[in-house]
Amino acid sequence: MKKGLKTQNGASDDGQLMLSMHRTMLRIRHFEETIRKLAASGAVPGLVHLCAGQEATNVGIIAALEERDFIASHHRGHGHCIAKGAPIEELMAEILGKASGLCGGRSGSMHVIDMDRRNLGTNGIVGGGIPLAAGAALAARSRGSDDVCVCFFGDGALNQGLLHECMNMAAIWKLAVVFVCENNGYGEFTAIDDVTAGPSMPGRGKVFGIPSVMIDGMDVQAVYDAARRAVAYARAGKGPSFIICNTWRFGGHHVGDKQEYKDDDITKAWLLRDPLLKSAKVLAATGVASAKAIAQMEIDAITEMMAAADAVRRAPEPAPQALLEHIYG
Amino acid sequence: MPQMNLAEALIDGLIWSLRADPRATIIGRGIAGHGPEHAAEDRLKQEFGSRIIDPPTSEAAVAQLGTGAAMAGARPFVHYGTAVFAYEAWNQFINEAANIHYMSNGQLSAPVTFHLFHGIRGGGGPQHSGSPYAMYANNPGLEIVLPTSPRDAKGLMRSAMASNNPTIVIQNAKLLGLTEDVPAEDYYIPFGKADVKRAGKDVSVIACSRSVIDALEAAAILENEDVSVEVIDIRTLAPLDVDTIIASVEKTGRMVAVDETYEICGVASELIASVVTRAFSALKSQPVRVARPMTPVPFSPPLEAAVNPGTQKIVEACRRVCLR
Amino acid sequence: MDESRTINFRDAVLEALFIEMRADSNVILIGEDVGAAGGVFKQTQGLFAEFGERRVIDTPISEPGAFGMAIGAAMSGMRPVFEVMFGDFMTLCMDQLVNQAAKVRYMSNGRVGVPLVLRTTMGTGANLGPQHSQGFYAWAAHTPGLKVVVPSNAADACGLMRAAILDDDPVLFFEDRLLYNSSCEIASDLPIVPIGSARIVRDGRDVTIIAIGRMVAFAQEAANRLAKDGVDVEIIDPRTILPFDAATVVTSVKKTHRAIVVDGAPLAYGVTGEIAATIMEQAFDWLDAPVMRLAAVNAPVPISRSLEPLVRPDAIRIENAVRAVIA
Repeated sequence: MKKGLKTQNGASDDGQLMLSMHRTMLRIRHFEETIRKLAASGAVPGLVHLCAGQEATNVGIIAALEERDFIASHHRGHGHCIAKGAPIEELMAEILGKASGLCGGRSGSMHVIDMDRRNLGTNGIVGGGIPLAAGAALAARSRGSDDVCVCFFGDGALNQGLLHECMNMAAIWKLAVVFVCENNGYGEFTAIDDVTAGPSMPGRGKVFGIPSVMIDGMDVQAVYDAARRAVAYARAGKGPSFIICNTWRFGGHHVGDKQEYKDDDITKAWLLRDPLLKSAKVLAATGVASAKAIAQMEIDAITEMMAAADAVRRAPEPAPQALLEHIYG
Repeated sequence: MPQMNLAEALIDGLIWSLRADPRATIIGRGIAGHGPEHAAEDRLKQEFGSRIIDPPTSEAAVAQLGTGAAMAGARPFVHYGTAVFAYEAWNQFINEAANIHYMSNGQLSAPVTFHLFHGIRGGGGPQHSGSPYAMYANNPGLEIVLPTSPRDAKGLMRSAMASNNPTIVIQNAKLLGLTEDVPAEDYYIPFGKADVKRAGKDVSVIACSRSVIDALEAAAILENEDVSVEVIDIRTLAPLDVDTIIASVEKTGRMVAVDETYEICGVASELIASVVTRAFSALKSQPVRVARPMTPVPFSPPLEAAVNPGTQKIVEACRRVCLR
Repeated sequence: MDESRTINFRDAVLEALFIEMRADSNVILIGEDVGAAGGVFKQTQGLFAEFGERRVIDTPISEPGAFGMAIGAAMSGMRPVFEVMFGDFMTLCMDQLVNQAAKVRYMSNGRVGVPLVLRTTMGTGANLGPQHSQGFYAWAAHTPGLKVVVPSNAADACGLMRAAILDDDPVLFFEDRLLYNSSCEIASDLPIVPIGSARIVRDGRDVTIIAIGRMVAFAQEAANRLAKDGVDVEIIDPRTILPFDAATVVTSVKKTHRAIVVDGAPLAYGVTGEIAATIMEQAFDWLDAPVMRLAAVNAPVPISRSLEPLVRPDAIRIENAVRAVIA
């Protein structure tokens, strides 16, 4: 029974799981769309990086985890936070820098730490979360626990020495880490193929003896299946796995990026592979949910996000005395 | 004389450098930032596209490539973007680039120029708002340059590219839009020469980078209170022009040191400590620091504003030192 | 009466590790060659035999990755002591130190901390050259969220290491290798020394010397010589660089009216400037002379036997500085 996501009637049921994953993907999509509008209206301080298009990766991986398992995320991490159970209003408040935010408004989108849900945090440094997740796995092993730790990173981090150091250590010590690369084809504004040598990305994990696969990151079922295998492998004490999910971000690197580096035809092809479209088709084809029910789920998601936005817009900013709090313990 | 903003002036200095020296190359993209001034970079791409390399996200390796290329005869300009990303290349800056000339007994030089954007920038949050240059300056071997005006930016960039030492040109991105007349021809501004940006007689405000602009604003406010503020822009942190600062403090008898780095072991502390040793007897009141308080930079805008050592804090510091 | 014993600096820190690792199974040691090899400076001998490979962990040469992992472990319940073999290699951990460890408590709004210790060695005097001699505590002191200690003697080293492990925040612990064999008396219960409190090493009236780490011993030597000429020197050992015990230093300077700060690390943008500026801000009207600073020469540290000793201050240079400031 997967405790990572709540299912409708508690029964262990693939169909219910698909429905649950679809719902979470919808909520992420509309959360991001809401943030995009808020940013366009000037309500979001600083830069924000949206994950619309990458929902299947966010949700499929985390659906294979239990609540006690850890994740570490990156700068495009709202979807990870939501999939791991972060309360919507508090997450949105954090992104807007409000006092009711998950981190009191002092961290923002790129530094959301949510340890109540075992989320080591989004991170503003490329690759910054990788060793944190590996460290949590080391700690778990020291405690004699089989908690699993997932680290998410983008294709840009494939070229960080840090990743290879942590893969090496996780492999020799058989740490319960799942390395997940969300390959959306761009490190910021640079195409990944221009800067990444070698014939095979999974090869970067195989060189350490780590089971490594590349999968369709737009297919939430495929992502979930790969994750389930990797999580079981880790929990059995066999060590890390490496999953590269090919995906696409529908928006720019950050809100405001004009995306001149993207090719129109390629973009159109990816839009047809929208994970929500594919998931809806599967739900309809298998009779799990009618088109009407799915549409209602979408309406519920939109309503949820709009209500949160309303509340958060009116929420107060942090008080000045908050400035010097929690520097030290 | 053409009008240029600071981004255009930086690029102009870079273009003159590339024209003058075929060994000069560019590693990195986004040299003019990602804000309204970013298009200034287009001139560079048009004229020297073939000498620009766009690297992967491998900060440490890129720093070392730049240093190694410099040691082997090239003159690379390495752009990092946000200064805090260069923490991952810290080892290369400190243990390699800075040391090589000394360690090789003068045989080798590392004439590489690194370019970084630092500072509180509005919503940057704790991991993007760092100003690391005091830490660089704690280590011998690096030149550290902080341009605050378009005219200075062009001339300092020329000197950086021409220098045989590893140079860090560090820029607060909020200054990129500053505009003034800039000579069209090629020219250099030497390192180790502070600039009196505003003459005055009652108090010396010594500042660098964005704090210079804030200090000038403070000076304008204080003029209405009959306080005459002299603003010294140190321009280069290393080498530091102590003589100009001391001459100013000996004239006014009062000193306020301002900078965006954290207070402890930051620029303001060093300025006071090094100046007062020689100008102690000229001081009429104690020197005062205005710096970033010792807290990570919060993301929320009002909290971030409270952290900023800006104009109002400089005004208050000047009033304090002028009380006697 | 308390029994006391003699202990050297290296063993003092090792004993602190034994005490705290026995008391709390969450305390683990991570580093290079710290396990069966017992440490390249013999500084971890016996720990592996007692606590095993799960708690004394040898890493590959991967400082960024391994230190990042120590942070992750600390965030999820462990209390790691992470060793960086030479302080110069701390440069490889800067991102993790400044952007992760120092900020996690703040960024999480107090929900999660990073209770780790980063211990490292430093110090000129062994002809190890520019990449194996540096002391970078000024950088750590420049980073809010960190705590920084630089013990000058074995007893403080033991007590401060215990305090560092028990502290819920990231503490940087700098050990001067040339102090490893220096010994002093320590109470038999190996007491904890609180972080953030300076020690008055010697009472005096004429000038205050604030000395960091190994410089304390040089200051004592200079003080003894000056005493023969009737010059009475007060010596303060800050012990902790951040949070700095400014109150003790300022009280002293208000008494003596003169101050000299001595540091073995580079002068510019370092600890001496910070202490000098603090004294100037808080005791300006009590000063009869500007605060003097002695620190390492602004050059990479050469290995040559004739050049290396010239890099850092010594007792003679301190004595000369005192005479100059008294004149």
